Amino acid sequence: MLSGRRRKGYPAEVEKKTCTTKMAESSEVAVERKHVENKKKAPKRYWEETQNATKKVEAEKSSDESKQENTDKEKGKLTHDEWRKKKKERTHGKFISGKTDPFPGDAPIPEERMKKFQRGNKLEVPAGTRLKLRETLTRSEAGSDLAQNQSARYDLLLTEDAGFLEGEEDEDTCTISQEDIAEAVDITSGSKYFNLHLTQFGPYRLDYSRTGRHLLLGGRRGHVTCIEWQTKNLMCEINVMETVQDIKWLHSEAMFAVAQKKWLHIYDSSGVELHCIKKFNDVLRMQFLPYHFLLATASATGFLQYLDVSVGKEVAAIPTRCGRLDVMAQNPYNAVIHLGHPNGTVTLWSPNQKEPLVKMLCHRGGVRSLTVDKTGTYMVTSGLDRKLKVYDIRAFKPLHSFFLPAGASCLSLSQRGLLSAATGDIVQVYRDACGGAPVTKPYMAHRVRGTVWGVGFCPFEDVLGVGHAEGFTSMIVPGSGEPNFDALDMNPYRSTKQRQEWEVKALLEKVQPELISLDPGMLGKVDNATFEQKHKERVEAVGYDPLAHKKFKPRMRKRGRSSAGSVEKRKNKVAHEDQRDVIRKTVGERMEKEKKRKESAKVQLKGGELSVLDRFKKVG
Amino acid sequence: SLFFSPSRSKSSVEAAPAVMAAEDNDEELSSLEDENVISASEDEEGSEDERKHTKLLEAISSLGGRRRMKQTERSEASLQVSEFSVAADGAGEKVELSDLLGTMEKTPGAPNKTKKQLKNLQNRKDTLELPLSKQETEKVFIIIIIYVPTKPNNLSFQVILPLFREDEKRGEKLARTPLEQEIFSLLHSNSQPIHDPVLTPVEEASIKAMSLEEAKIRRAELQKARALQSYYEAKARRESKIKSKLYHRVQKKAKRRDFLKQFEEMVKTDPDAALEELKRMELSRMQERMTLKHQNSGKWAKAKAIMAKYDHSARKAMQEQLEINKDLTQKLAVPSEDEDEEKNGDEEAGALPDFVNDPEPILDPVNPWMRGKLSKEEPEPEVEASTEARDEDLEVQQQQEEEEEEENEEEKLLREFERKRKLREDEDDDLVPVSAEDGSKITDNNDEDKDDKVDEDDKDEEEEEEEEEEAEEVVSEFNSLFNRLMKSNTTPAVPDQNEGEELLDEGLVRVQTMEDLEALRKDRTNEANQEASVPATDTPTAPESASEPPNKKKRRRKEIDLKKVLTKQATVVKVPLAPTVLEEEEEEEVHTEQAAIIKEAFAGDDVISDFLKDKRKQEEAGRPKVVDLTLPGWGEWGGLGLKPSKNKRRKFRKKVAPPPPRQDKKLPAVIISEKRDASVAAHQVSQLPFPFQNPTQFESCVRTPIGQTWNTQTTVRKLTAPRVVTKMGAIIEPMSREDLVPKQKSNEAKRGAAILLEEKRERGKKKGSGGKRALQQKKKKMQKQKKTKE
Repeated sequence: MLSGRRRKGYPAEVEKKTCTTKMAESSEVAVERKHVENKKKAPKRYWEETQNATKKVEAEKSSDESKQENTDKEKGKLTHDEWRKKKKERTHGKFISGKTDPFPGDAPIPEERMKKFQRGNKLEVPAGTRLKLRETLTRSEAGSDLAQNQSARYDLLLTEDAGFLEGEEDEDTCTISQEDIAEAVDITSGSKYFNLHLTQFGPYRLDYSRTGRHLLLGGRRGHVTCIEWQTKNLMCEINVMETVQDIKWLHSEAMFAVAQKKWLHIYDSSGVELHCIKKFNDVLRMQFLPYHFLLATASATGFLQYLDVSVGKEVAAIPTRCGRLDVMAQNPYNAVIHLGHPNGTVTLWSPNQKEPLVKMLCHRGGVRSLTVDKTGTYMVTSGLDRKLKVYDIRAFKPLHSFFLPAGASCLSLSQRGLLSAATGDIVQVYRDACGGAPVTKPYMAHRVRGTVWGVGFCPFEDVLGVGHAEGFTSMIVPGSGEPNFDALDMNPYRSTKQRQEWEVKALLEKVQPELISLDPGMLGKVDNATFEQKHKERVEAVGYDPLAHKKFKPRMRKRGRSSAGSVEKRKNKVAHEDQRDVIRKTVGERMEKEKKRKESAKVQLKGGELSVLDRFKKVG
Repeated sequence: SLFFSPSRSKSSVEAAPAVMAAEDNDEELSSLEDENVISASEDEEGSEDERKHTKLLEAISSLGGRRRMKQTERSEASLQVSEFSVAADGAGEKVELSDLLGTMEKTPGAPNKTKKQLKNLQNRKDTLELPLSKQETEKVFIIIIIYVPTKPNNLSFQVILPLFREDEKRGEKLARTPLEQEIFSLLHSNSQPIHDPVLTPVEEASIKAMSLEEAKIRRAELQKARALQSYYEAKARRESKIKSKLYHRVQKKAKRRDFLKQFEEMVKTDPDAALEELKRMELSRMQERMTLKHQNSGKWAKAKAIMAKYDHSARKAMQEQLEINKDLTQKLAVPSEDEDEEKNGDEEAGALPDFVNDPEPILDPVNPWMRGKLSKEEPEPEVEASTEARDEDLEVQQQQEEEEEEENEEEKLLREFERKRKLREDEDDDLVPVSAEDGSKITDNNDEDKDDKVDEDDKDEEEEEEEEEEAEEVVSEFNSLFNRLMKSNTTPAVPDQNEGEELLDEGLVRVQTMEDLEALRKDRTNEANQEASVPATDTPTAPESASEPPNKKKRRRKEIDLKKVLTKQATVVKVPLAPTVLEEEEEEEVHTEQAAIIKEAFAGDDVISDFLKDKRKQEEAGRPKVVDLTLPGWGEWGGLGLKPSKNKRRKFRKKVAPPPPRQDKKLPAVIISEKRDASVAAHQVSQLPFPFQNPTQFESCVRTPIGQTWNTQTTVRKLTAPRVVTKMGAIIEPMSREDLVPKQKSNEAKRGAAILLEEKRERGKKKGSGGKRALQQKKKKMQKQKKTKE
């Protein structure tokens, strides 16, 4: 399905100078500035394989084929059993000719890769389960095994590797300037480093479309523009003549939302205003949940609102009661919205609950910025206390805490887990900030002209976009983007037709907002709430108790039989029916006990010596 | 003339003199005359004749009798009959102006001017307008007074509305005898306005001395004033006719604003009037509180309430009504001067509303059962409140004493006056100086006035200042008085409460802040827990922050380190890119500034303690409450001061199973909501489907998605392959007629396997004949072939 394969990493000329002699020869001119290289060797192509091996394989293949043909011819004459036997033999590496298969069976899959595609734990079918159940379980297990195996096997097709930057022996990678990198890499990659000098309309916020092809810029003083940034093709440029707080692409590059001074506006890619949504006022930050088609907005009035973009309806409006909401991020793993507050807390929200799912205290000062990892594992926050903290958001536990002398104003995590933090006018990029050992220095650093207002990694590209007071800077950050893309999900090279097709499919597969919760796998779990709880919820949803005991109302009777007295009589007949039942039961029990006691007493009496006068003894 | 009745027609009236003539003659004559009359009125009917006759008879009979003045009886109203029994020539017609004015033309002496005027009058058809209401005329008058031009001339007829300015002088001059002086002083002391129309001889002289020109000027002025008045009246009338509600609303608002401004000025210039205004406001407030006005309880409001659901304006109107009510019932906020009060105010600023402290209403004070409580707390005598109350009481007493003193002074004055009068009666020509304070004040004022006469310019300003000061004093006095009054109204409640406390034998704790309230709740729950003797579940509670006052009760809280809450020592990251020097300086400055700002901003509130408090609250909310079902006096003696026994309480206390441990039990810096998300539940499987025996089996079966999005193509095909594949079977044609023919059937049956051999032959034979049959046969054969093969 990898229709458009993209070359990732950097061409061979830009490899480390110490690599091979041949490389050194070719790159002698640019020796001084060659910092970019590939971590692993380029993937092996079939033509690159050693001659011997290929020959061997070919020989085997040919022999195999010939045998196959033979067997095919003979197959008609063979009985079914024989044929099966043959096959078995072949799989065990034995051929009729007596030769053994050096690679018997299917090609082995490395365990790591298998783990990558594992879904849940295997279930051991206990002995003594019923046949039917055993069948279902085994079949489903086989199915998941197959799926896992196949996926792991097909992982081979993800050929591209991410590059990285490596300095000389005593050279920090963060001292390498963007100009050097741009010169060192090929022309197309080099052209990804550029500056847009937009000094007039204030600090810029930015957003890349999900394919990574389109860039949206929003100047605080009303300048909104969308660019096909790789071709530098300007799609539209308008000035909304109002303060622009935030901008966001919607599900495709055909539409984008702009949070303006008062209301939320939606424009199409040619700059035509499609909607002005007055229900969403004073919006400060926005997040788009692509699989739910939800636009989440956080407003200055403390409201978190969700807009269903597919139907244009407000799904939820939650008064957070946390004051002005100007720090917002989404967890791509479970579509939970994270909000940062001036009292140092971060709250997690779903549209289904009026209270935060989780509230965690992260900083001693206000939270300035936060971002969440693509896999939903890590959350990175920065606060007014000038600290940068990494949290394991699954366990809500802090992992690392860094002290940045200037404090980070904007944070962004790339698809590959690189962290960018903007401090004043300097953009720093950290590698392995989340998972590994605590870092002491950034991976890259770059100074832009003005104070940074927004940062964002471009998906599927090694590019970091920085919006600042003096315009926009596109930085090359090797190893930030995901080299392999899923064309069914997001295809950077898709045509208009493909996009349209994708749009329809995505809409059909739209996830309902009710399914948003901390655990995205909730849907596959059995709801084991008690009957009482369910009943309570039902009563809440319906508005009355459907199981409530109805009050007895005597039937209307004619000929004076429905007089007040008779009605009362009839009522009394059924009055306290439930209580009567209870009483009847308890009395019955007591009576039985009594009976038993009497009987046992009788037996005791009988058991002892019986005298003539025993008949006069009182029983019980 | 006695018989002259209004019921007569013209003809009968003409006949009247004849009747009068007949009075003296015989009856016959009269009858004759009557006939004449009849003849004269030929067109009239016989019935009328009868009536006339009876009338005549009556008239004759009444000649001798007493009732001479008896009026004619009216049987029927008619056009000719006036209701008021006023006979008029041409009855039923209005007296028209033209008739009256007709004589004007005939009279030669009338001047042309008047004629013209009258003619104009004649042409006018509209009626006279109603006079304006009293208030409006007053207003107009005031406005006009303001507009009247004044003259510097002393002798000019300046209209000065409050006449009492000159009165003082005049009074002083008039008051020659001691009696008069006393009266004046008394009047002054009561500040009664003296509307004495009597002019001083000087003024009279000045009027007399007025020249013709001045008179003319004055007349012109007056005319102008009158014209202005009429203009304003007309304007007022026009405005009153405007129906626009918005207009009136705006007007009203403007008026209110003006009134406020005026009031402010009035407070400065005329404190008495201001006081009166205030009183009136207070009165209106009282009225508003008494009545149900503006409470949205009337007919109109109810109708509006129904509409309010759909109509925005109706809602607004209701809101406005409520606002008016609020405004009117609002207590007059008077700035207090007492320091104590200010302190109180400060205290109350952060405090809860007072109703929190109010005891719950005891429905039946006689019934001791209603007084009892399930769990009583130890009485804590509240000292503060009582002392405050005492202080306030003292103040009130003092105030009352002062008032009494004032009254006594006035009485003394009156008594003195009486005594002096008596003295005067004894010795007529004795001048006794006024000893009272007020009198002295007046004399002072008089002195001042004299001085004013000497040098007006210098002292005017000073006086004004003094006046202002005085006014301020008065206002402040009023304010303090008002406050005291308010206090005296409120204070009596306190001792009552105390009494109630004594009766109840329970302490009331004054709850002032939210924290106290919380503490109270906590104490209660703690008590309950202790009493229940349930092994107390350890609650992860936090210590009190340092900012909290130490004198508070120590609550059971576990110590939590800051390190635990905000763990991890921060590793300092070195940034290689040093910002440029200039910027660095700036940034550093900014940072230091920022740090300072942050320090300031976060000096008061401790983020961590706030968070912990929040967490504690959540935990408490999640914990189920112990239900106490004890009924005091049930099964044992009950009454005042008797507690239900411990055993009993233990028995009737419903213990609730402790909830499962919270998810955030071990995470001090995290609050995880324990609320169930019902929205996902709607999509979840709630009942285990058939073959599965436990949820884990089901969940493991469902865990792998089978869609294209998550799987390779082959996997999807295999996973979604149907369990049973149905294949298209053989087509069985319906039976045809030929099938039923026995011959062929037998033939074919005989041949059986020989068909194959004969096929070619048959084909050759039947090519020419019926094709259909041949085809069918062929098919059959084919089928049979298949069968044989299988």
